[in-house]
Amino acid sequence: MSQASGAPPALELCAVDKRFGAVHANRAISFAVAAGSIHGLIGENGAGKSTLMNIVYGFHRADSGEIRVKGRVVEIGSPQDAIAAGIGMVHQHFMLVENFTVLENVVLGVEGGALLAGGLAAARADLEKLARDYGLDVPLDTVVSELPVGLQQRVEILKALYRRAEILILDEPTAVLTPQEADQLFKMLGRLREQGKAVILVTHKLREIMAITDRVTVMRQGAVVAEVVTEETSPRGLAEKMVGRAVLLQVDKGPAHPGEALLTVNGLEVRDRLDVPRVKGVSFALHAGEIVGIAGVAGNGQSELLEALAGICTPSRGEIQLGGHDLVREKIDPRGRRKLGLAHVPEDRLRMGVVASFSAQANAMLGYHDDAIYNRGLLMNAPAIQAECEKKMTAFDVRPPNPKLRISAFSGGNQQKLVLAREIDADPTVLLIGQPTRGVDIGAIEFIHKRLVALRDAGKALLIVSVELDEILGLADRILVMNGGEIIGELARADANEEKIGLMMAGVRAEGAI
Amino acid sequence: MSSPAKLPRWAELGLLPLINLVVALLLSGVIIKILGESPLAAFKLMATGALGTQEGIGYTLYYSTNFIFTGLAVAVAYHAGLFNIGAEGQAYIGGLGTGLVCLWLGAWPFWAVLPLAVLAGAVFGAAWAFIPAYLQAKRGSHIVITTIMFNFIAAALMTYLLVNVLIKPGQQSPETREFSTSAVMPAAHEMLARLGITFVATPLNLAFVLALIASVLVWLFIWRTRWGFALRVAGENPAAAVYAGIAPPRIIIGAMLLSGALAGCLGLNELMGSQHRILMDFPSGAGFVGIAVALMGRNHPAGIIVASVLFGALYQGGSQLSFDMPKVNRDMVVVIQGLVILLCGAMENVFKTPLTAVFARFSEKKGGE
Repeated sequence: MSQASGAPPALELCAVDKRFGAVHANRAISFAVAAGSIHGLIGENGAGKSTLMNIVYGFHRADSGEIRVKGRVVEIGSPQDAIAAGIGMVHQHFMLVENFTVLENVVLGVEGGALLAGGLAAARADLEKLARDYGLDVPLDTVVSELPVGLQQRVEILKALYRRAEILILDEPTAVLTPQEADQLFKMLGRLREQGKAVILVTHKLREIMAITDRVTVMRQGAVVAEVVTEETSPRGLAEKMVGRAVLLQVDKGPAHPGEALLTVNGLEVRDRLDVPRVKGVSFALHAGEIVGIAGVAGNGQSELLEALAGICTPSRGEIQLGGHDLVREKIDPRGRRKLGLAHVPEDRLRMGVVASFSAQANAMLGYHDDAIYNRGLLMNAPAIQAECEKKMTAFDVRPPNPKLRISAFSGGNQQKLVLAREIDADPTVLLIGQPTRGVDIGAIEFIHKRLVALRDAGKALLIVSVELDEILGLADRILVMNGGEIIGELARADANEEKIGLMMAGVRAEGAI
Repeated sequence: MSSPAKLPRWAELGLLPLINLVVALLLSGVIIKILGESPLAAFKLMATGALGTQEGIGYTLYYSTNFIFTGLAVAVAYHAGLFNIGAEGQAYIGGLGTGLVCLWLGAWPFWAVLPLAVLAGAVFGAAWAFIPAYLQAKRGSHIVITTIMFNFIAAALMTYLLVNVLIKPGQQSPETREFSTSAVMPAAHEMLARLGITFVATPLNLAFVLALIASVLVWLFIWRTRWGFALRVAGENPAAAVYAGIAPPRIIIGAMLLSGALAGCLGLNELMGSQHRILMDFPSGAGFVGIAVALMGRNHPAGIIVASVLFGALYQGGSQLSFDMPKVNRDMVVVIQGLVILLCGAMENVFKTPLTAVFARFSEKKGGE
């Protein structure tokens, strides 16, 4: 914010408006980002952040409004136009060719001539200079797939800078990083700020906004509801603006009283289709009345472990004991496991937990559709299907409470509440939950966390897999950290903190960490 | 709060197909004009030929019966996420089953032959669909490829059987002997005469009623039973099916068996109802028309009945047209039918986007934000 107030902002949005049919995704959005500053864009899922950034980067065209770069109005009809205007974007899911080297990836699309060699040599010199200027060290000749995620992200940033980006947009950049990697990213962004670049950080994590940004724009339901100087606000204040009411950020729970072991896992090994082991000999037990959290950077075997426990993929070795049965040896399928009291809320709700084109009531019985309550002889019992769904919707405050509505018309939070209602209503003894609040708005997060704690206090065993460290720290009574398919360490909640877990997530064993 | 840009149901199911149909007819009109005939006169001839006389209606509904069976077959597979383009072959082999029952049990009374003929047609059709289904479920061979190959295998097998095994001794054409009268489906005009209604003699027969019953049963199965629910889950989202404890391979095999069984019922109309013997190539493309019928009817039995009647009318009206307007020959009629299939089937969404935009603007104004 040290720029002279007379200079035009690096990027200015003036009354940008966008509709998709009946949905008003962006309502006359205006804000400005000064050169040499980091600007936070925060809002719940569906608030219109992504739409707005896609307009700025040329994936969508605004219905009305202007985009100005350094005071000059620009027409952005495609990502090429955006790059030409000096706008670069780092997507949440990287756009890299995995089997190309870093250098080849950076040059891709701007090779500068029919022959590759000349372009590559020029690019190498350019990139080495960039690396010096911004502290963006990346091995240029390494194949991208061999790089850790944090470095892959750096390649994306290099790509943008190589294309002379003055304005850099980062969409949820820390979703795939360990806390330490995120800190490095923030340091790098700080350096970009010093060099006079404008950075837009799109996120839903309040902590990041507080840590790094100069100003924050808060969006809700397609409109800007506040623009504040970061130093003059607080996480609580931002959260309230995002949701539109007061929220509880801490999970409110008493101490756990663990009882007998309900689910025991012994030497479990899961291999993927290419026969690569993803889970390598994992053993642990889940006790009645406790919440166990599995922390880890995405892709370290947590998903495979969860699917093996739920019966979706078959382990190559090991045993899973539940209620006197070995689920692996007896080849019990997901339906059979539900009957034994093992319920599962999958990580990726839309891919697995619901059928998007079906009504809420059809989804509310998915997996339980064979139960007597839903059937009357040969035909299904339509009134019972609706009544059961209404009951679940009331109990879990699903809005709108309309069983006939397509599930895809509900917000992420309400979809998740219905999935949770379905699994909890079956009265399981063990509940597996993947990413309990992924894509869920803050208001619903609070509700879901309360329900999970209540379930624990009722003597159930809960296993939670989440990439949100805050969520693990908030909910879990015991934390297992996974790295490279192994459980690399176990911590009681009282002994755990972000730094210890972060080191284990990065592969440092517990002995070395303490 | 509504999901983005959706057409109202009535427009999606009624208006859109109507627009497609009108455009197809306009294009056909242009072709007829180029041929030097009056499009209006031609369409009038087609309409009266298909629906204007008792004879026309009889033939239209007789053709429709075939299309309902094959359309239902395609739809059932579609709901399980499978594209069965082998209804033609399944109908051919299913007809063999029906025909054999009629040939062998011709001495039995009709009420005893009928259920066995239905069963044999369904079992033969299902068996023919089973092999591609098994290969898809257990070996991952794509069902589109295997079902279309099985059409050719069915045709070759039937040619062999009719030429070498089933042919009536002492004749040239590869056909079986005629079924005895107790193995013949009662014709519509006979049944109506018994009720005191005079109706001109056409091939329309009891199989039409069986096709309507099959439509109701298919509707009940898909939307009102837990097996239909599991089938639709597996078709819409196989990952969710696995999560819910539904095994997709079993659904694939089950759905294809049912699909083949429905296609296999075509022989009830074509052989028992009309030809009264097994002959070469009797499905004559109904298996492929079934794909267009299912598409146009949105894979819903009610829509399939409506679309089948439309295509039946096109068939009947088309023959009338080529009969009365020599310049518009049989091949031109096929072109017109092709245009309808193209517009209503393959290109059904061409007008959807503009129509959706019109509706969105209209509803916005009405809503008044």
